[in-house]
Parts: sequence; structure tokens; C-alpha cells
Amino acid sequence: MTAALIIVFREVLEAALIVGIVLAAVNGVRGAKAWIAAGIAGGVAGATMVAYFAGAIAGALAGYGQEIFNASILLVAVLMLGWHNAWMSVHGREMAVEMRDAGNAVRDGKKSLSALAIVVGVAVLREGSEIVLFLYGLATADGGLSSTLLGGAIGLGAGVIVGAGLYLGLLRIPTRYLFSVTSIMITLLAAGMAAQAMNFLSAADIVNLGPVLWDSSWLLSQESLAGKTLHTLVGYMDRPTLLQIVVYIGTVLAITLASKTTRRLANRRPARGQNQASAAE
Amino acid sequence: MSKFPAVVFAMLMGSVVTTVAHAAPQTIDMVIKDHKFNPAEITIPANTPVVLQVKNADHAVEEFDSHDLRREKIIAPGMTAKIKLDGLAPGVYSFMGEFHSSTAQGKVHVK
Repeated sequence: MTAALIIVFREVLEAALIVGIVLAAVNGVRGAKAWIAAGIAGGVAGATMVAYFAGAIAGALAGYGQEIFNASILLVAVLMLGWHNAWMSVHGREMAVEMRDAGNAVRDGKKSLSALAIVVGVAVLREGSEIVLFLYGLATADGGLSSTLLGGAIGLGAGVIVGAGLYLGLLRIPTRYLFSVTSIMITLLAAGMAAQAMNFLSAADIVNLGPVLWDSSWLLSQESLAGKTLHTLVGYMDRPTLLQIVVYIGTVLAITLASKTTRRLANRRPARGQNQASAAE
Repeated sequence: MSKFPAVVFAMLMGSVVTTVAHAAPQTIDMVIKDHKFNPAEITIPANTPVVLQVKNADHAVEEFDSHDLRREKIIAPGMTAKIKLDGLAPGVYSFMGEFHSSTAQGKVHVK
């Protein structure tokens, strides 16, 4: 029972933390919770399918199908998080605070919400497929199934509680700061995922990770609960390599730049509209 | 749309970085049976890529997991997984079968 509890908790924790951040990031946006719920449901369905086809995926692409699959869905999540941040840098404040007009913001908002639903979906899919495989393995072995399921249920509950705690904790941040905080968190979440994707690409023999830059496992092991939590939240690595650091910093810069650029373009547009209006007068 | 190129650029940076070119690396066979690795300990030369071929002879799914080696790979029953290790610095690297970690433990000695 303890083994099932620990494994399920470890897998659920990562997905739950991501859902917690995403939920806080879209706090107050109309229809957001439904999109996130759809993402979770899609992730669970996807996890079962991935588990079912695990053998086929592993055998694909010269035996590196699993690694390339993992790297791809991580990079998709990075793109979606980056896109969401760029979009929120323009509309976030109005949508979260009060000015929820039914114009373009809401229509575009659906696109941004669907991006986040994908992020949540792939997070649940990645971690969930391992849980399904693990529980399936135990279900086919003899005995102990009910205690395994009980352990799994407790692990699931504990993971969800941590995710909910993060969400509720973030909501205590005053609304005018919440948007800035979640923007930074989403940027670091994306950067960590991008660096993690490099690990999978290296396992698939596609990139060379380069030399290990430092070893801080004596200070905070990535395998400890705190280390793993920080790994998920901000991409903490106790033995990062050159490529991972370059990709991490590159992702932070790219998302920050993308947000700045979109905001600048958006600010220019209404200004032009005003000029036309005054010219018409 | 201007935000896309910047983000995509960052994503591509990784794949542009040098791809490893090398001769066919040494292959080491390993079997998972009764939730144990056999052999559970192997010794390989430093800075030399090797490929572990891990066959899961159990009826349960296993995940080869090693933070030290930066590898995690699910191995379905009856399947053989290919796990490539890049040239490693001398040291001891542990690995485990995550789904049965009480018995499935192993070490790679790099000398």
C-alpha cells in the first residue's frame, strides 16, 4: 500500500502543481475553470490511451519513441505557456480585475484558455499514463489489489491537496499582484519544462547535453520532496548541464520578449484608433 | 503572431546544438526477473557511450529510472528497452525499477 501511495503521490504532485499555477493564472477569467476541467479530463483519457499503446510508442522511432514523445509534449506545453503569457500580458489585467467586455478579449481569451487546457492535459497525460501502467501491473499480479487501490487513492488525494494548497495560497496574493506573480511562475515553469525536454532528447540521442555545470545535490537533492517540487515549479536541477542552462535562460528570455512585444503592439493599436477618430472630427 | 517566432526559436535552439556522432557503442544486456535486475551491477569504462538493453521478463510493467543517469523509461512485459548512456565521468550511478523499487535496484560503476 505504501509503495502505491508514494508512487501515485509523486506522479500526481507534478500535475497538481501545474494545475494549481494555471488555475491561479486564469483566476477571474470567465469560463476558465470549465476549460481547465476539460484539460484534466482529456489528460486522463489520453493517459489511458498512452498506457494502452505504451508498447507501440516505446518500439517506435528506433526504440526512442517514448523519449521523443515525452520531449514533444513537454515542448508543446512550453509553447502553449509562452503563448498564454504573451496574450495575458495584454489582456490579463483587464480580464482578471474587472473590465470583462464581451469583445475581442473574450474571444481571444478562449484561445488562450484552450492553450492552458492543453498544458494541463499533457501534464495529466504524462504523469497519469505512468499511474495507469503501475496500477495495471499490480492488478494483473496476484493479491493486494484493494490495498494498492487504497494506497493509490490516498496518494491521489494527497497530491491534489498540495496542488489545491498552492492554488489557494496564490489566491491570497492581492489581485493587482497576482497577475505578475503567475506570469513569472508560468515563465519559470515553461523554462524548466524546456530544460527537461532536453534530457529526453539526449536520451533519444538527438542532442548532446554538454558538460554538467554544477552539483548541488548535497544541498538539495532533486529526488527529495522539496527538490522535486522545486523542479516542477521553477525547473530546479541539482546537476544541470550546459545545454539545459542555455535552453532554460533562452526560454525565459524568449517568453519575456514575446510578452513585451505583444504588449507594445497592442498599445500602438488603440493609439492609432484615437488618431483616426480625432482626424474624423 | 510576432510572439511565435521568438518562442519557437528558443525551442529550436536545443535541437540545433550538435548531434552526437560516434561508432556503434558497446551493448550490455540486462534482464528484469522477479522485480530484480540481472546483472544488478555493471562496470563500464569512463567517457565511453554504451547501450543498455533491458528486457522485462516479468508480467508487470516496470520503469527503468535513474536520476544519476538521467534516464526514465517504461518497459512493458516481454519488451526490451534500449537505454543509451552517453560517456560518463568515473563514479557510481544507481538505477532502479520505479514500480518495484524495494527489490529492483542496481548500480553502474564507471571506471
